[in-house]
Amino acid sequence: MGTIATTGNKGKGVRSDCFVTLELTDVGGIQLQVESKVAVMYGDSIRTEMLKILDFFGVENARVKIEDSGALSLVIAARLEAAIKKLIPTEKNWLPAMLNENLYTTAKDRNRFSRLYLPGNSPSLMINAGIHKPDGIILDLEDAVAPDKKDEARFLVRNALCGIDFYGAERMVRINQGERGIEDLNYIIPYNVNLILLPKCEKPEQLQAVNDQIKKIQQKYNQTNPVWIMPIIESALGVINAYPIASFSENIVSIAIGLEDYTADLGTRRTAEGLESFFARSCVVNAARAAGIQPIDSVFSDVGDMEGLRENVLRSKALGFDGMGCIHPRQIVVIHETFAPTPDEIEKAKKIVYAFHKAQEQGLGVVALGTKMIDPPVVKRALNTINLALKMNKLNENWREFYEKI
Amino acid sequence: MKKFDKLISNAIGRLVPTVINGKPAVPYMGVGKYKPEGFRAAPKITSCADYPADGNKVIPSLKEALLKAGLRDGITISTHHHFRNGDLVATQIFDIAHELGIKDLMWYPSASFPCHEPMTKYLEDGTINRIEGSMNGALGRFTSEGKMKGLGVLRSHGGRYQAVQDGEVHIDIAVIAAPTADQFGDANGVNGPAACGPLGFALADAQYADKVIIVTDNLVPFPCLPWQINGNYVDFVVVLDKIGIAEKIVSGTTEITKSPDRLLLAEWSAKFCDEAGLIYDGFSFQAGAGGTALSIGIYFSEILRDRKWKARFARGGSNKYLVQMLEEGLVEYILDGQTFDLEGVRSMRDNPHHTDTSPFTSYNYHSKGNFSSMVDIVILGATEVDVNFNANVVTHSDGYLLHGIGGWQNTLFGKCVILPIPLFRDRMPVIRDEVTTICGPGELIDVIVTERGIAINPLRTDLIEKMKNSSLPIKTIHELKSEAEKICGVPAKPKFTEEVVAVVKWVDGTVLDSIRRVVV
Repeated sequence: MGTIATTGNKGKGVRSDCFVTLELTDVGGIQLQVESKVAVMYGDSIRTEMLKILDFFGVENARVKIEDSGALSLVIAARLEAAIKKLIPTEKNWLPAMLNENLYTTAKDRNRFSRLYLPGNSPSLMINAGIHKPDGIILDLEDAVAPDKKDEARFLVRNALCGIDFYGAERMVRINQGERGIEDLNYIIPYNVNLILLPKCEKPEQLQAVNDQIKKIQQKYNQTNPVWIMPIIESALGVINAYPIASFSENIVSIAIGLEDYTADLGTRRTAEGLESFFARSCVVNAARAAGIQPIDSVFSDVGDMEGLRENVLRSKALGFDGMGCIHPRQIVVIHETFAPTPDEIEKAKKIVYAFHKAQEQGLGVVALGTKMIDPPVVKRALNTINLALKMNKLNENWREFYEKI
Repeated sequence: MKKFDKLISNAIGRLVPTVINGKPAVPYMGVGKYKPEGFRAAPKITSCADYPADGNKVIPSLKEALLKAGLRDGITISTHHHFRNGDLVATQIFDIAHELGIKDLMWYPSASFPCHEPMTKYLEDGTINRIEGSMNGALGRFTSEGKMKGLGVLRSHGGRYQAVQDGEVHIDIAVIAAPTADQFGDANGVNGPAACGPLGFALADAQYADKVIIVTDNLVPFPCLPWQINGNYVDFVVVLDKIGIAEKIVSGTTEITKSPDRLLLAEWSAKFCDEAGLIYDGFSFQAGAGGTALSIGIYFSEILRDRKWKARFARGGSNKYLVQMLEEGLVEYILDGQTFDLEGVRSMRDNPHHTDTSPFTSYNYHSKGNFSSMVDIVILGATEVDVNFNANVVTHSDGYLLHGIGGWQNTLFGKCVILPIPLFRDRMPVIRDEVTTICGPGELIDVIVTERGIAINPLRTDLIEKMKNSSLPIKTIHELKSEAEKICGVPAKPKFTEEVVAVVKWVDGTVLDSIRRVVV
């Protein structure tokens, strides 16, 4: 370990973040230099907070400089802690208060139409993510973080899980591949993460390792909240093993497909039509349905092309997917609207479900609409549509009363 | 001459000077409370006998024209800001004054821009005593740090006209940069390499100044039509090689915002207007130039198109988006105060439904009414708002003066004033217990739209009633404030000295608030 460490970000375009330089010295006490865009409003509180943290970690002699572009206090704390831990081995953690609002758990079968990727080392994108109402937010420790920033991102993501309100979105983290990913769990499992995305999942053994570690941590912290897993299939081997992966354990709620890596693995490239990934996508849908979980599609990467996105979602829905990733908040509305049942679909479903309930009430085994018999799978699909419409506020919960009157 | 003296508490509880730069000033008394008596100022009587019968008022250089116009110590020189950050004329005037060793001038611009930063050296060396108008960016910083000799006075566009008309400010020399002019001094802003659209901000200057100099780089034979400025007001015409940098005049950089947070503000603002019944066939709105305001226009368009409605008029700042609405038939008229891009200039030049306005027609409070109070929906910005809905547009939460008032105060008289603003910028909460500087009294501000909720002014019981069952997140302003402080922490207040460095005037010329020197 050296004597100088830097963490965070600075420079043009950097907002809501800070850059910390920590140099351990032998004598002289703490020399703290605060440069802040919000010095007038928060200069004093930044100084007090930083001194407290340095003291907490037993740093007695150091030159510390913060170049702050309006970072929230939990961001400053994450940056400083990361810098200290680069230089001093310690088991201690400086945690922001866990917000009461952040203590919710999520249901296994909740809607997962949209999940918004947030780079794990970019605080500015996290703070307002929840206001766009995605079904889930993903604090990404993997591909969206530069290799040399992966350590410090863990502290930021941990602090975000404690102190940022995502307004009811399912709180997800994408961990790294391999051993690093297993270590990532230590930084997030104790802080009420709802779901872990496991990238490049190819074999059930990977899931075993993740589950073992989760169990270990939860035992240590005496926690029992569910932690769901969404493995991401991103390779030819992963596609082949889709069913064993999807059905591996009770806490696997969905499997997602990642097409950039998958097409690279195939030695081809991703096209708008997606013919090259048709097989893989169908395999994932099939495996997920066989395991009774949700199949989730890849992201659509042109954030400016809302029409393209809409077409993509329609294709996705037609293939049987239940949701997809997004990389920009504006994609959320389009994804929700397009995955939602159309008014036409809802009307048809209402007729069928109404007839189904009538038939049940009359003790009839067969559902009929007029003179036409309705097959059980059609009834099941209609029930799903109605449930979805209810969940998405596209249908009043008392719809049957209204329906009766017509 | 004392910079400021005799501070008293005004009707909104702010301590303001009653003597400003040696002259008496009236403290703010409330909205519509101050009723001045007497007569408007009047320019000197002139005679055609003193002007060339052939109409040729061209003088070889700006320096010569300024000297002929009586450039001397202690006078007031005015300019307009239609060239925005592409203005090449204003600084030249003071270069000349400096070269001649002239001191203690008052610069009276309708607004200042970053390109006017060189003025700081003339403020330092005493060429310029003070600025009355707007002090943006570097000039604001300079003022805030107490370096300006005289006291700065901030006025709205309407207040600037009112001050000249009422004789509060006497312009000795008006220098009007004009994209096209003839030798008689008729001028417009719609043609020429420095085309900027209207020239309305220079109207008071033309009408009331002792001497008026037109400066152009596009001299055409008489008649220059349209004549937005009549040559009958003009003393001299100067032709320069270049008066403005076109790409900085009509920057075209004002685009629909791509920020998802701002788009959300725009979407909610438009939804609010719709649910509150503010949008109807024949309604009117004020379109701001900011990215958020532009996006609201897009949402308005969707609503109008769907219902086959039209807006009777839109108040500009115009730009291509508003022009599209006009040309698509979603808006019947644009009443334009300034034009932000070339599409706006083209439309004003070619479309009789797109007309130029001046602070007289749109904003002047000491007149027989003006149309700002007829606008149904007004969308504005602010740097801060307080729990009493008072808003600030000139200083930031760190105490520094950084912006002018523009037409902001004047448009507050619209029927529903909506401020879509982020709840906090980086870590700076926008809703405060008390704004650093009051620019608009809360009674005129109706709705604050933030990404975490919408607050309606308790005075607007009608709006509260209409939004009772809204799907939008309606909250109280106190709730919004605590939400921001929970995320950001409670901010400390900026530290000021007792020294007043500038004042904010209300639309009627009374003193609304003082801006104090920051402690550096």
